[in-house]
Amino acid sequence: MANTLFDKVWDSHVVRQVKDGPDVFFIDRHFIHEVTSPVAFLGLESRGNSVVYPARTFATADHNTPTINQHLPVEDPLSANQLDALERNAKKHGISHWGLGDLNNGIVHVVGPENGITLPGATIVCGDSHTSTHGAFGAIAFGIGTSEVEMVLSTQCIMQPKPKSMRINVNGKLGLGVTPKDVALYIISKQTTSGATGFFVEYAGDVFEDMSMEGRMTVCNLSIEMGARGGMIAPDAKTFEYLKGRAQTPKGADWDTAMKYWETLYTEEGAEFDVEFNYDAADIEPMITYGTNPGMGMGVTKSIPTAESLEGGVETYRKSLGYMSFNEGDSMIGKEIDFVFLGSCTNGRIEDFRGFCSIVKGRQKAPNVTAWLVPGSHKVVDQIKAEGLDKIITDAGFVLREPGCSACLAMNDDKVPSGKLSVSTSNRNFEGRQGPGSRTLLASPLVAAASAVSGVVTDPRTILNANA
Amino acid sequence: MAYDKFDVLTSTAYPLPTENVDTDQIIPARFLKATERKDFDINFFRDWRFEQDGTPKADFPLNKEIYAGSKILVGGRNFGSGSSREHAAWSVYDFGLRCVISSAFADIFKNNCLNVGVLPVQVSAAFADTLFAAIMADPKTEIKVDLPNQKVTLVATGESESFVINTYKKDNMLNGFDDIDYLKNIENEISAFAETRPF
Repeated sequence: MANTLFDKVWDSHVVRQVKDGPDVFFIDRHFIHEVTSPVAFLGLESRGNSVVYPARTFATADHNTPTINQHLPVEDPLSANQLDALERNAKKHGISHWGLGDLNNGIVHVVGPENGITLPGATIVCGDSHTSTHGAFGAIAFGIGTSEVEMVLSTQCIMQPKPKSMRINVNGKLGLGVTPKDVALYIISKQTTSGATGFFVEYAGDVFEDMSMEGRMTVCNLSIEMGARGGMIAPDAKTFEYLKGRAQTPKGADWDTAMKYWETLYTEEGAEFDVEFNYDAADIEPMITYGTNPGMGMGVTKSIPTAESLEGGVETYRKSLGYMSFNEGDSMIGKEIDFVFLGSCTNGRIEDFRGFCSIVKGRQKAPNVTAWLVPGSHKVVDQIKAEGLDKIITDAGFVLREPGCSACLAMNDDKVPSGKLSVSTSNRNFEGRQGPGSRTLLASPLVAAASAVSGVVTDPRTILNANA
Repeated sequence: MAYDKFDVLTSTAYPLPTENVDTDQIIPARFLKATERKDFDINFFRDWRFEQDGTPKADFPLNKEIYAGSKILVGGRNFGSGSSREHAAWSVYDFGLRCVISSAFADIFKNNCLNVGVLPVQVSAAFADTLFAAIMADPKTEIKVDLPNQKVTLVATGESESFVINTYKKDNMLNGFDDIDYLKNIENEISAFAETRPF
């Protein structure tokens, strides 16, 4: 029988199948951060357990961290306490730890791939829903809760029923100004936020084959936003090229052995999925969201749909638009904005900064806009500087900040004030996500950049055409 | 034992028919800074329950005296989407709820609930509507959630529906066990498996 990529990776990690229950599922790589791990360590210790495989566990500080003055002590005592707890727990249990100031520090889903910890065919979990990012390498990667973090620390396994499988094919060529973020927001707008609940998704087709590793990470990152457990893309020459020589990837003969295995990781001809969808690249334009979940998105030139045109949930829909202070039928183009956020595990990578700079180069930040430009890691900062992008950013009136999750979930000081409108490259536009009462429009780095220089929601194609 | 055993629960219920309630609403990110698991009920639905100055919002169902003490929440479709934060499930439990009923749950939230002793009961959209209508008509409407028989019943009318839960998870809930108890028992099998992993 023909197998899917997902079946191959999943089935090779099942330690035992429990009768009428979940699989005992082995985890190769476990990422931990300061927010969802402290209670897990307390649980571990109260049961008298230890961390069984500290070498399979990796700790980084990201959710709470400030994005300025990282060399100084963290001011918020509660954040400082969580960061201390992570460092203490990592030290006590022999886990490698990239705290503030460490050159390897950054957002967990950025530093994992950068350091070659994320590998094809591996199973990866983290107490963070955007762990789905690592699926870009052909790994099975998904978010877990704190009880499960404790489970993995103490046993290296979790108990998981095998999800159903979905394949999403996007074929054709993407148009001008259409980025991986737009592809993902387009798919989510079609699937809704619950369309893939209970499924693990494989992305296939020309669009993903042509996409860079950064772009694939963006797409897989957002899988959770349509309810999927995770998303994955078959590893190919581009994947292997990205991984070769990274700090923790296999070397020498180990690399050759790994490659033999990695080259078997693809969906075989005739393999069956529980459900399959096909989309056409030509139908996708730069996207923007208008509501309070990532499924409420549309082409940036479109108008907000009327409640009657949607299926079900009219009350919830109107409540959502009420929160955003938008009306059915509104056009998004030209709406005045207050904030722009470039960063997060969705769009905090070098390619995102290159895209942003391609728009703002030679232009000036609009005076009404406060912009936070937050790289995903110190390595991204180094790349930005090596490529001279920092000069473009500074010349345009922007300031580059230090790495972290920042205004994506606003657990640090980077909060959008109540009522203010933000164009954000992050992953969630939930009520209050970027600060109590804040209003978020999710978009690509290009839409964010075009809006940052014009002060209103702007179609980046108008600037790209002008540049041409 | 990780939490109190769950058997048969009969209680009134809080109605929250909003769809796509995400875990950022159940507990906003700014309240995730604790390093111990306690008192997460205080910020349960913080921004939907309270004004910014801390005044309770009178019309939010969880603040209505008439439902006070209910151990069940009936939520809208796609309940618990978004962030994997288990804090959301802790806040449900700490608020005194033992069961959430909805026509659809987000996966991670559902898992988290099962791991902390909150029973997620998935019913048909039609039965969810029946429950909402009954609660709206009479806030003192009682709902019986029978885990051994996997059945949820509207006590007054006897209308009922079966729900699905896998046998393993059901046994855990009935006995107050969790997965770590199970996994520690097969430690040797796991370490033998780990030896076979290429990386």
